[in-house]
Amino acid sequence: MGIPHLPVLRLGRIYESLEKTELADHRTGEKLLSISQVNSGIIRKDLAKIGAAFDALQKIPTSKMLAICAKAGEFFLNGTLPFGTAGETQTAQQYVENLSKTSGLPHIMCRRNMAKVHHVFTQMDTILKGLTRGMDLRVVDEGFGEQAGVPVSYFPATKALGVVLPSNSPGVNSLWMPSVALKIPVVLKPGREEPWTPYRIIQAFIAAGCPAEAFGFYPTDHEGADTILKACGRALIFGDEGTTAKYASNPAIQVHGPGRSKVIIGEDEIGNWKKHLDVIVESILANGGRSCVNASAVLVPSHGREIAETLAQKLGPVNVRSSTDETAALSGFANAKMAEWIDGTIEEGLKTPGAEDVTAKYRNGARKVVQDGGIYLRPTVVWCENFQHPLANREFLFPYASVVEVPQAQVLDLIGPSLVVTGITKDAAFQRALLASPHIGRLNLGALPTNHVSWDQPHEGNLFEFLYVRRAIQRAAV
Amino acid sequence: MTKTMIVPDAAIAAAKASLDDHVRTIVRWHFSDESGSPFWLDWKEKAGWDPAKDVKRFEDLMHFPHFQDEWLRDLQPEVWAPQAFKGRPFNIFETGGTTGMPKQRIGWDDYKTDYSEFSEKINDAHFPRNHYWLMMGPTGPRRLRLAIEHLANVRGSSCYFIDLDPRWVKKVITNKQFEQAKAYMEHVVDQAVTILKNRKVSGLFTTPKLLEALAEKIDLYQAGIRGVFCGGTTMAPQYVRFIVEEVLEGKIGFYPTYGNTLMGLAASVPLRPQDNFSITYYAPQPRAVLRIVDPKQTEKVVGYGEWGRVELTTLTKEFFMPRFLERDEAIRREPREPYAWDGVAEVRPFGAMEKNIVEGVY
Repeated sequence: MGIPHLPVLRLGRIYESLEKTELADHRTGEKLLSISQVNSGIIRKDLAKIGAAFDALQKIPTSKMLAICAKAGEFFLNGTLPFGTAGETQTAQQYVENLSKTSGLPHIMCRRNMAKVHHVFTQMDTILKGLTRGMDLRVVDEGFGEQAGVPVSYFPATKALGVVLPSNSPGVNSLWMPSVALKIPVVLKPGREEPWTPYRIIQAFIAAGCPAEAFGFYPTDHEGADTILKACGRALIFGDEGTTAKYASNPAIQVHGPGRSKVIIGEDEIGNWKKHLDVIVESILANGGRSCVNASAVLVPSHGREIAETLAQKLGPVNVRSSTDETAALSGFANAKMAEWIDGTIEEGLKTPGAEDVTAKYRNGARKVVQDGGIYLRPTVVWCENFQHPLANREFLFPYASVVEVPQAQVLDLIGPSLVVTGITKDAAFQRALLASPHIGRLNLGALPTNHVSWDQPHEGNLFEFLYVRRAIQRAAV
Repeated sequence: MTKTMIVPDAAIAAAKASLDDHVRTIVRWHFSDESGSPFWLDWKEKAGWDPAKDVKRFEDLMHFPHFQDEWLRDLQPEVWAPQAFKGRPFNIFETGGTTGMPKQRIGWDDYKTDYSEFSEKINDAHFPRNHYWLMMGPTGPRRLRLAIEHLANVRGSSCYFIDLDPRWVKKVITNKQFEQAKAYMEHVVDQAVTILKNRKVSGLFTTPKLLEALAEKIDLYQAGIRGVFCGGTTMAPQYVRFIVEEVLEGKIGFYPTYGNTLMGLAASVPLRPQDNFSITYYAPQPRAVLRIVDPKQTEKVVGYGEWGRVELTTLTKEFFMPRFLERDEAIRREPREPYAWDGVAEVRPFGAMEKNIVEGVY
């Protein structure tokens, strides 16, 4: 018997391609899944018919969509859902096991990400409230209504949201899910190494009563990804600058690049830095350091060396554990070359004077380790003498952070685009400066880890405003 | 591998005998002072053996080294003109999408022979006689341009032409000017749409990518197209399926071919369900022979069903080219009716699995 096969979903229709790629266990190399691949022409062919999918979704009241989401959340978390071309299924446990084997994420992190996705499904009303600032969702159904006593009218900016997904973490799927609740079909290209989660989310939606034609799932090549981004009226792309740069000036494409999230401590709180260590550690280490919301730099006005040293003492000894260990904190790499590249880039960066891998002495071994056939990178804290050092403002796919001393008066001019900033300060003037910074995507004021995201807040742009455009409206009786 | 459409051994033997006979005739022709070309006569002088005497069957061609395509680039075209054609001006044809000095092949009637024969392999329902064709693809100095016109003509038809310059496409893609490549492709396709909207056309020759782009702009069946003859680039099974099912929607005849200026064209056998959209081409033997060879030991062919490098031998009175290693790889397939010799399948650029090859729209 062959390995399971993941088909393409052509606006809900299962399609098995003659061209397939395979996913293997990151440790043993055992082939676990074959995945149909399609060319860009098939995607364009389907997009020509997206109008029917859009109509099918638009005619469902938003209130019903919210009920579907709540039900889908349960299916996603606990259900046995279709998986394959001939009636095969996938249980929640199989999902966790396979995701873990191919992505390198330990079970505990798979489950935490599952919980996050479940939360998005079941708290969709809160999320939409946040995105629409509490607007009555019947405005979405009817095209007009009132908000805070003012007439409002919104129309859909597109008939589909295209999404080119990364492979870093299953939780990233939570960003496109509200599109379905907002009745805009989705056309997805899964990350090469992580097709499991978007497929399961789609199946959960369908099982809960969402029209299948609202979902395009297209494992494809670069040309296909480009088609999804350009041919859908609105699209999201995730990736590094190299991947996303050419789309940065296109207002119809929302670019989700590296997070470069940071913890910044104010002068008023730096004396209490020991009190905030756990917040910093969680910001760096949570989810194996694989998310854009993980901190990759800790910027302080003083005590930098001590802070780096203490962080290194806590993070350096963190070691690889079995994928089923509930305390596992590190993820393996599905792509060994990625781990080698990261390790090499850090070593190369350390050759530039003014930086030290403080964790090295607490690790008892190399940063890159091979265990049970899997490749892992152990946490790394680098002390940098200044923010200009090549390792000071880098983000890598594992628990990595620089610690740099930067005067408070200069820090906000230096940070550059930062998805999440945790600003630990009670100083009202510094808080105002943080609030006014155009570089900060999400601001956590106070001792909140960078990875703590509140679901009633928009993430890297407001998806509702991206998908729906407000128009001026006035009405007369006749 | 089981034979799915067995060609009788006697037919295979007869084809081989005919090939050996043809090889002797052609080699004698090119290496005799009365009819041979300056290039091969000069080559014989330096080689220290006389192919006219020593080559008795196809296998004896293995005494020749691989033909060097630089010769077609570096030497003046008249060195290839057989003595017997003296006094007849020749056509100069150039090969596909390279930059710099192109490779050139001279010729007189070979393309007519090849395409008159190919005409017998296409269905009148797909390419009605006494009608109109459209070629959208590389014209310019290419053999293909005259060949397609000849093909239309022998079927009583006339042909419209839209040019595509593959060298320009290759250049802009290599320079990562993808928007330019796209704009150029649109420019080409728009011209074809104009012809199809204003003229009656039933037969179309184009490349797969241009066909795909054209079908996105106009309903080909509604526009009158009944048959498409395609060539030019890699067509993996899934892509063939896409063309057949999605682009031509099962309503238009599809005739993939493999060919180039140096060979002529190898027609494909009709797809059967068990082929799973894997196309097999058969060289126009005995005028050209395709072998799928082990890239590390090119005198040896690979087994049936195995990948190897494509080696072409061209054997006409106009042109003799022994053992040229194409920049392609393919799967060796068994003989299949009506062809009593080996086929080549799923042709793609040599080393395609290892590196990205610029093919672009051509």
